[in-house]
Amino acid sequence: MNKINTPDRRLFLQKILSGVGYASVGAIFWSAYLSKSQAQSLLLRPPGALLEKDFLSTCMRCGMCVKACPFDVLQLATISDKTAIGTPYFTPRENACRLCPDIPCASSCPTDALDLKSLTKDNSLHINNAKMGLATVNTQSCLAYLGLQCTMCIRACPLADVAIVLKNERNPRTGMHAFLTPMVDATNCTGCGLCERACPTNIASIKVLPLFLSQSDIGSHYIIGWKKEDEERLKKSSTDVTMSKTKRNEKSALDNVNDVEGILEGLYHE
Amino acid sequence: MSDFLFRYRYYLARRTTQILLLGTYFLANLYGWSIVSGNLSSSVVFGFIPLSEPFATLQMFFAGAVISADILLGILVVLFFYGIIGGRFFCSWVCPVNIVTETAAAIRRKLKLQDKTNALPFSRNIRYWFIALALILSFVFSLAAFEMISPIGIAHRGIIFGFGFGWFSLVAIFLFDLFSQKYGWCGHICPLGGFNALIGKYSLIKVTHDATKCVHSLKCFLVCPEVEILELVGKKSHIISAKECIKCARCIEVCDSGAFKVSIVTLAKQLKEGA
Repeated sequence: MNKINTPDRRLFLQKILSGVGYASVGAIFWSAYLSKSQAQSLLLRPPGALLEKDFLSTCMRCGMCVKACPFDVLQLATISDKTAIGTPYFTPRENACRLCPDIPCASSCPTDALDLKSLTKDNSLHINNAKMGLATVNTQSCLAYLGLQCTMCIRACPLADVAIVLKNERNPRTGMHAFLTPMVDATNCTGCGLCERACPTNIASIKVLPLFLSQSDIGSHYIIGWKKEDEERLKKSSTDVTMSKTKRNEKSALDNVNDVEGILEGLYHE
Repeated sequence: MSDFLFRYRYYLARRTTQILLLGTYFLANLYGWSIVSGNLSSSVVFGFIPLSEPFATLQMFFAGAVISADILLGILVVLFFYGIIGGRFFCSWVCPVNIVTETAAAIRRKLKLQDKTNALPFSRNIRYWFIALALILSFVFSLAAFEMISPIGIAHRGIIFGFGFGWFSLVAIFLFDLFSQKYGWCGHICPLGGFNALIGKYSLIKVTHDATKCVHSLKCFLVCPEVEILELVGKKSHIISAKECIKCARCIEVCDSGAFKVSIVTLAKQLKEGA
């Protein structure tokens, strides 16, 4: 008769609800760990890696890239490393990417977490399209900026004179020498880290940082006046700018100044 | 000696398989052999047979990852084998954590820590809840949630690529299984085992029980890691059809009267007996 309140049904619901209880407690701790692992990694990923968030969801943690690397550059993160467990990374100061033209690491990836398409141009592999990070120079400790003719980084750079360019400037301190200072070209730097590995200072003065840290963006509101395409952009953008204006005060200026009561009211009551 | 070998024939065969597989992965990675590359999440055997772990892939799917053709092919190969020999065949013949938990269980038996009256109620269905939770969290965090904490992954990657502090997760499981809960990890919690059980529910290879030979020594109940599946043993002849059976064949080894054997049971027959 009263089918709804049978003991069986009650027991069943109780079991389900007890499971829900356990699951929510577990979910809290598990989620805390997961969200911590998702924090933007400060380590460098192999060439062709997807954006960090997509990379973490797509990487199968199989380690085939690590095995494929002929220079043993890549490592799989263990629980002690400061990035998601089981994912590949490299530390340029210890061992840097040699930019193999056949890209064995990305080719071996079964899940396309290392995306070969991003490294392909005109149906052939172009490792120089890799964007593992961006090298940045600390001009206070860089030997070249102090006046020595160092050139270690540009000699190590696989894209010398493209990704790292030497600037020639007069050294006003001696008045007779030149500064040969390295400048990183952000559009061409692959982030391989060979410069960082070669840098002779105690702590490297040229460091490869992940793109999200070292890359900058000029934004759309600055126009480079001497570039034709930017001027074109200006012409287009002028029409789609909309501004909401405050309604113009209709009173005369004199009335506004002499309205002492109004000003006091505004001061004390607003 | 030969008696010992016979008594532990399946046990020794399983350990040998597990250690050989681990060794092959380890050496293949160390020396760059092409017989196998990758690890238990995803491998390529002999340079062309892809293998991928179905549970990890399902989590990746929930996390919103684009599943590549290589991985899909790999799952199909694995599903085919699991469909024939049973998904939990992986647990007893391949999984490195199994070595840890079976060792813990053996010591537990030796130390007589099996007192039933002190046992806490600990459901064997936790693993299925764990699967659901893993899939939900994978969806919420766009991240294969169980792969982030999986001791199986930690163990296998650890042996091939280095452990870090990951070995502690194995110690934790060992202590948990030894002192807290008999077969706590493999028999109650592990969602991978649960998932493989679901896949291999109707696998062809099953253990069958002959009640006419049974002398009710209850030795099988002592060694079986999933003891609930032996419910009807000694009462009637039947196929041990529960999906949780890990095909470790310990029951066959310990049974002096030969009441258990490995059989090939067709799907039709399983459905008939189940009905």
